[in-house]
Amino acid sequence: MRRLWERLRQGYRTIDFPKGRAELPSQFRGRPALDPSRCQADCHGCADACPTAAIKTNPLRLDLGACLFCPVCSQACSQDAIRFTNDFRLAARTRSDLMLSGREMTLAAALDRKMRGLFGRSLKLRQVSAGGCNACEADLNVTGIVVFDISRFGIQFVASPRHADGIVVTGPITTNMALALRETLAAVPQPKLVIAAGACAISGGPFAGSSTCGDGIPADIPVDLYLPGCPPHPLTILDGLLRLLGGIK
Amino acid sequence: MDSSAGTLLPSVLAPPIRTVRNGQAVARADIPSVSMDDFRRAVLSACSAKARLAAMAVLPGQAPGRVLLAVLADDKSQRLGLLSTGFPLVNRYPALTPDLPQAQGFEREILEEYGLVPEGHPWPKPLRRHAELEGPRNSGVGPDAYPFFRVAGPGIHEVAVGPVHAGIIEPGHFRFQCHGETVLHLEIQLGYQHRDAEALLLRSSPARRLVVAETVAGDTSVGHALAYSIALEALTGTTPPPQAEAMRGIVLELERLANHVGDLGALCSDVGYLPGASWFGRLRGEFLNLSLEICGSRFGRGLVIPGGVRFDLPAARREAFLARLEAASTDLRHIADVVFQTPAVVSRFEGTGVVGVALAETLGLVGVAARASGCDRDVRRDHPAGIYRRMSMEPAATSSGGVMARAQIRRREAEDSIALVRDQVAALPDGARSVALHEPRPHALVVALVEGWRGEIAHVVATDDKGKLAAYKVVDPSFHNWLGLAMAMRGGQISDFPLCNKSFNLSYAGHDL
Repeated sequence: MRRLWERLRQGYRTIDFPKGRAELPSQFRGRPALDPSRCQADCHGCADACPTAAIKTNPLRLDLGACLFCPVCSQACSQDAIRFTNDFRLAARTRSDLMLSGREMTLAAALDRKMRGLFGRSLKLRQVSAGGCNACEADLNVTGIVVFDISRFGIQFVASPRHADGIVVTGPITTNMALALRETLAAVPQPKLVIAAGACAISGGPFAGSSTCGDGIPADIPVDLYLPGCPPHPLTILDGLLRLLGGIK
Repeated sequence: MDSSAGTLLPSVLAPPIRTVRNGQAVARADIPSVSMDDFRRAVLSACSAKARLAAMAVLPGQAPGRVLLAVLADDKSQRLGLLSTGFPLVNRYPALTPDLPQAQGFEREILEEYGLVPEGHPWPKPLRRHAELEGPRNSGVGPDAYPFFRVAGPGIHEVAVGPVHAGIIEPGHFRFQCHGETVLHLEIQLGYQHRDAEALLLRSSPARRLVVAETVAGDTSVGHALAYSIALEALTGTTPPPQAEAMRGIVLELERLANHVGDLGALCSDVGYLPGASWFGRLRGEFLNLSLEICGSRFGRGLVIPGGVRFDLPAARREAFLARLEAASTDLRHIADVVFQTPAVVSRFEGTGVVGVALAETLGLVGVAARASGCDRDVRRDHPAGIYRRMSMEPAATSSGGVMARAQIRRREAEDSIALVRDQVAALPDGARSVALHEPRPHALVVALVEGWRGEIAHVVATDDKGKLAAYKVVDPSFHNWLGLAMAMRGGQISDFPLCNKSFNLSYAGHDL
């Protein structure tokens, strides 16, 4: 009886996404907006302050794949040339699409017709953590809770690569995990997808240049979807996956 | 103001051990250096009198020598003890571990990193760097090169799990020696997450060091960023403003809340009680989102910096913040009442994965796992810093030592944290958010302890003759506690492993660094 009462008290909690508008608080640091026209000559305060060398100046560019979404660059800039918006849409299909300039970002396009036919209504993913600090892993897990309920889109994280259509990789790829990553990928039947979640998997993140890990997914493994963030917000993940499957255009 | 000064006991840390407080920098010259024999004797004697080994670190000494440092914690006197010995005048020494099992991980680490051989160590195998795996990439040599403990005999079988797990979990390898369902022994091989975080903390720019500290263990971003900041403030003689200390306390407790509530949900999930799993799973997000309200990150990232904090909670937003906290508090109470009165949950939690008080003391467990086993220790009370110096804390305690105890401790601590956040927000001081750091003292050393949500986080930081960082040692609470999980499984059923594992919920990244 108490359980039933509590169930009623808890109510319906799943967000109406992607149909309804999902909005995060203004404090949320989502996609940075760049305005190179505000840059002062020879100013590189933002680039100097960035902990991961994600910013180039003259002209101003920002690598979303290396960005940790810390507030340092926006606080270093007195001209508002970099400011963080609360836009959680960050996913891209190519590494070069992650290089932001003053122009509108190209968000991830859908898979081709054949692949959409295969995965569009049922996508099973295996997650491989290879040096992730557990923040990316935590927010990947969160896509499964009642609020985001990723399973209603036919997307599911499965226990074995043999059951999977692709892998979601987190972490800078530690040397100790390099072999396990490749073996897991090899165990996924063709055709398969590789999704890089978080700054570490895309660029090494805070650990780029470390002696015991790589700078993200090795160059010889093709990546189908990049989910930037440190970690990517559950909505960033959901938005990216749905774009890939053609559920959001 | 020292809340518990009246109850402090005299320190068990006797000379030659030098005593300091949490976050108090000392001159390197003031750390006594003794012979290896005296070092060993003093450490063992202090630990037999209820001190703990909080850290062992290696510092650069007069070239080519190095210095082995022991950091002891005497919880009842609010004192930390420092003692050092030089090597490689000796490069072998009689291991502490046979007499002091809580030293086992430290001694393996020092052997692996610096070649100092602990003779007589029962388990001197690689801790993180499985040499074969860490050779050239894809050399084809697997973890079989690592000597696992094996049980032999009729009916004995071995179960190997990982490093890639079934869920969305960090990597690690588990070897179970089983007889039927019964686990005779579990060996946990870690190191798959080794990113060399300590080296990056030592050699990087200040901005980079902060983000590395925040990602040592991503679910403990605030805890590690705070330990890093306290250490740097001590070395530079900087005092953060009162508002910064309050904000730090608020976000540290929100981190504890999010993780404890998430763990309660995951425990429900592992016993198949899905209503609890989904309710707690959603409620965890409320606490993450309260952190986001403050600093723009669900994980509290970007808030804590050496010298203070970057964000505050403007007066105009406090009322709405407190209203959300109250709603979450009500939810927590209702959900926990239902969960802890559900027979299907209680019967699986009770009596599973028990670690008794004697074993917990021997292994040097910290945090939730220690308090669940009757070891009354909490850095917030025993070695207070920041806002905790001005409050009297009564840490949650129980002694039954199993999954149920670890779950109950989490519930009680979550409730305490809500009260703490409420009080701090209601009385948030005004003023500066941060102050500029002074120049670091040369030839100094500091131990910074923080009670993260899992337990005691220790950062040991030393400077060289120019005031640059010369050594950086991080001890995540998981480092002390992984062996506790292995021991909790002894004699248990292998099907209880996920439940036991979740009740400890240890960090792979925090251990592997």
